[in-house]
Amino acid sequence: MATIKIPPVLRASVGNEKQVQADGANIGEVLRDLASSHPATQDQLFSADGELNRYVNVYLNDEDVRVLDGLDTAVGDTDTLVILPAMAGGR
Amino acid sequence: MSPSSAELLRQVKSRIDEVDPGEVHELIDEGVALIDVRETDEVAAGHLPGATHIPRGYLESRIEGVVPDRAAHVIVYCASGNRSAYAARTLTEDLGYTNVSSMTGGITLWKDRGYEVQVPRTLTPEQRERYSRHTLIPEIGAEGQQKLLDAKVLLLGAGGLGSPTALYLAAAGVGTLGIVDDDVVDLSNLQRQVIHTTDRVGVPKVDSAEETIKALNPDVKVVKYPVRIDASNIVEIISGYDVIVDGVDNFPTRYLLNDATVRLKIPVVSASILGFDGQLSVFKPYDGPCYRCLFREPPPAELAPSCGANGVLGVLPGTMGLLQATEVIKLILDIGEPAIGRLLLYDALGATLTEVKVHRDPECPICSRPPEEISDEELGVFPDYEAFCAAAG
Repeated sequence: MATIKIPPVLRASVGNEKQVQADGANIGEVLRDLASSHPATQDQLFSADGELNRYVNVYLNDEDVRVLDGLDTAVGDTDTLVILPAMAGGR
Repeated sequence: MSPSSAELLRQVKSRIDEVDPGEVHELIDEGVALIDVRETDEVAAGHLPGATHIPRGYLESRIEGVVPDRAAHVIVYCASGNRSAYAARTLTEDLGYTNVSSMTGGITLWKDRGYEVQVPRTLTPEQRERYSRHTLIPEIGAEGQQKLLDAKVLLLGAGGLGSPTALYLAAAGVGTLGIVDDDVVDLSNLQRQVIHTTDRVGVPKVDSAEETIKALNPDVKVVKYPVRIDASNIVEIISGYDVIVDGVDNFPTRYLLNDATVRLKIPVVSASILGFDGQLSVFKPYDGPCYRCLFREPPPAELAPSCGANGVLGVLPGTMGLLQATEVIKLILDIGEPAIGRLLLYDALGATLTEVKVHRDPECPICSRPPEEISDEELGVFPDYEAFCAAAG
């Protein structure tokens, strides 16, 4: 089970947790497992064609998965995923 | 019979080589050793570019340290060409320098010709005291403090992030602070916008900020822009600044700021806040990634609430604003490792600070091209996202 850090804007979709566990051998599987446990995250994370939304960044530990193997990037039990949509608040 | 001083001067001048300021002007930056033999107070008022100061009384003892090579081309000057004549004689006849000239007419004639004079920069006694805790630090010193005083920093927003940043940059002696904000002070601001005060509710934020800054540090010049930044004014406003602090509260302006600063090659220290979480990164054009490399697209409105809608812990923008101020100072002084290529994530509730790496996107629509190729029409625009921009405008 990998750990997923949930950003503030998505916490309402996962029962207000900052961190959840999810299963999968790669990023895509882990995120789809998250979405199946918390259906509100499906549209927030994935576009209609099953790709990651362009406004959401996902990091495996500290590396953007887009510079790794994207959704196919392998994930181990001690890995942490960070989901990061942009925040604009300044005031 | 002993000569009069006038006769002595005549004799000395007949034995040395003299050179016209015009010739000296041609030789600036050509590796000539230019020696100013006047007194310290005269030099403090201005000297020839690149000149080294050795007062006439210290010439014999200090010249070898400055010009070890006896065959080097040395030009000496003073106020009007008399002291330098004596100096040239000493160097040639007593110390064996073989290529020495005295500049006729001295710096007086130089200035009459309209040539450039450099005024040395020193801290005033009051500044030495005000910034003593800075100048004591080896990485800063008086030289670093002068860099801060010479720096120009623009703050987008005198709100949650801008307030603490402005306070600490003013305290640090950043000489020019530009502030862009078209808003007025509101009571609900005072939970976090600490540069404003209760008695200034209703006052334009730029005026309120200026008042606080002036009271804290009169060395700081505040330039006020009580406007909203948009594509029509952004280039004009940001031009000339060394660093920009992004404390903006909406996506369209963040993207617009990114595109314009990449084109003008101005670094941006960027932070954002929501609830108990803050993000911070430094975007240095072409050195590291830009904002678009990090966030390719803005999220839809429901995933991008404002602090007005969702609230924010008052001290959080204080924390992030101060981290921003720190990065600004590091950039100005060129010390430490600015957060370029890194996004810092601060979770106030957990008291954790983590970071993720940010890479330059080789296909970034903005920074994968040379700056001159970024057109005015493209700034802040998403070609396939017009609905977003229309809604934002």
